[in-house]
Amino acid sequence: MSSSTGIARAGQVFTILGLVAMGAVFVRAFAFTPTEATQGLAQKIFYIHAPAAIVALMAFSITGIASIFYLWLKETRLDLFAAASAEVGVAFSVIMLTTGPIWGKPIWGTWWSWDARLTSTLFIFLLFIGYLVMRGALTDPVIRGQYSSVLGILGMLLVPFIHLTVYLFRTLHPEPVIIKPGAPGMPTVMLITFAMAVGAYLILYLGFVAQRYALAMAQETRLEEAGDAA
Amino acid sequence: MYNLFGAAFRIAAKDIAIELRTRTAFMSALVFAILVLAILYFARDPTSVGAADIAPGALWVTFTFAAMIGLNRAFLLEKENAAIDGLILTDVSKSAIFIGKVLGNLAFVFVVEFVSLPLFVLFYNLDITAQIPGLILVIVLATVAFVSVGTLLSSMVVRTRFAELMLPLLLLPFLVPPIVSAVQVTSRLLAGRPLSEVTGWLNLLGGFDVAFVTLSILLFEATLAE
Repeated sequence: MSSSTGIARAGQVFTILGLVAMGAVFVRAFAFTPTEATQGLAQKIFYIHAPAAIVALMAFSITGIASIFYLWLKETRLDLFAAASAEVGVAFSVIMLTTGPIWGKPIWGTWWSWDARLTSTLFIFLLFIGYLVMRGALTDPVIRGQYSSVLGILGMLLVPFIHLTVYLFRTLHPEPVIIKPGAPGMPTVMLITFAMAVGAYLILYLGFVAQRYALAMAQETRLEEAGDAA
Repeated sequence: MYNLFGAAFRIAAKDIAIELRTRTAFMSALVFAILVLAILYFARDPTSVGAADIAPGALWVTFTFAAMIGLNRAFLLEKENAAIDGLILTDVSKSAIFIGKVLGNLAFVFVVEFVSLPLFVLFYNLDITAQIPGLILVIVLATVAFVSVGTLLSSMVVRTRFAELMLPLLLLPFLVPPIVSAVQVTSRLLAGRPLSEVTGWLNLLGGFDVAFVTLSILLFEATLAE
């Protein structure tokens, strides 16, 4: 009980720090970072979108790695941590998948494009929603941990295959306009704002995961206590 | 007692024997496949889209949906009377159980596929005589891909609530690479193009098979709770 409250406390501190840092990033992005010449104000969404994408994919990779270790060490806390990371990853994916089209419409001229990165992130997002739904449908903590780990590991292997699939699909059907969201060379001012944004999101990730993990730990303890009493 | 494949074949034979007694799952999957093929034929504007244009997509949507009906069955059988526990208690290795289940499911799905294939040709008015070897190759590669992952996932979902709902939700993301590849290969073949034009897709399918069959065998033990 005490360890989970400590982690929850730390998570709250990190979350507040992350929110403050994000506020600072917004101020810097709008007041102290020059507006991009060709894209105009639309480019500002980049400071929300790209860090969210980086953190979301990092969160899912951490889930996959924690899943491997769970199957090896059978330590419940690893499973709870993997699930916390997956849940926060889904939250950041929602930011990524909503801000992306908002930027895409004025810049690409379309809300959605089936390019490799968009397609693979969409499917990985759907897969992890399935992961969370499946966890909700299982009650035994051991079975839940093992099944989640299997899915987490399979998911990690799926990403490169989806990427390759879309890549082949594109090369065989070339688009009239080739749209590539690749990062152009960025001036240092923008790069610093971007790095700060990534930092702010990482702190938020830590805060969210710590709180979610502490909650799951507390829940586990309560269930065990209830089990002992019964 | 048995070697790996001997045991696997016995488990597959057991599942096939059970299926042959009732044929419920097989008949449902087959009729379902025919219904989907027929409905997809009408799911287009006939004045602007020819039946042949949607045929490859229709074929693979039908195959995967029909396969999904069969996939849950393999472990539902074992759940009844906790038969899986008996299977685990024998000195057969876990990998043999998994390979046996995959073989049983493969037999089931292949029969559904090869019975509905002639109907597909008939419904969509296609000439595939020259393309049969290529088609068999792509059907085998893609079916192995989704049956291996599907068998692994179905061994997990039978223990969840809403098992029938959960399998498509978890399995469909994994079907993206095999189905897209299979549709691409099938449409080239039906257009009379040579197999050499689709080596990229065939490599992708083969790579997916190797990667996911191996990983599924490795992970299967974790889906069996003691």
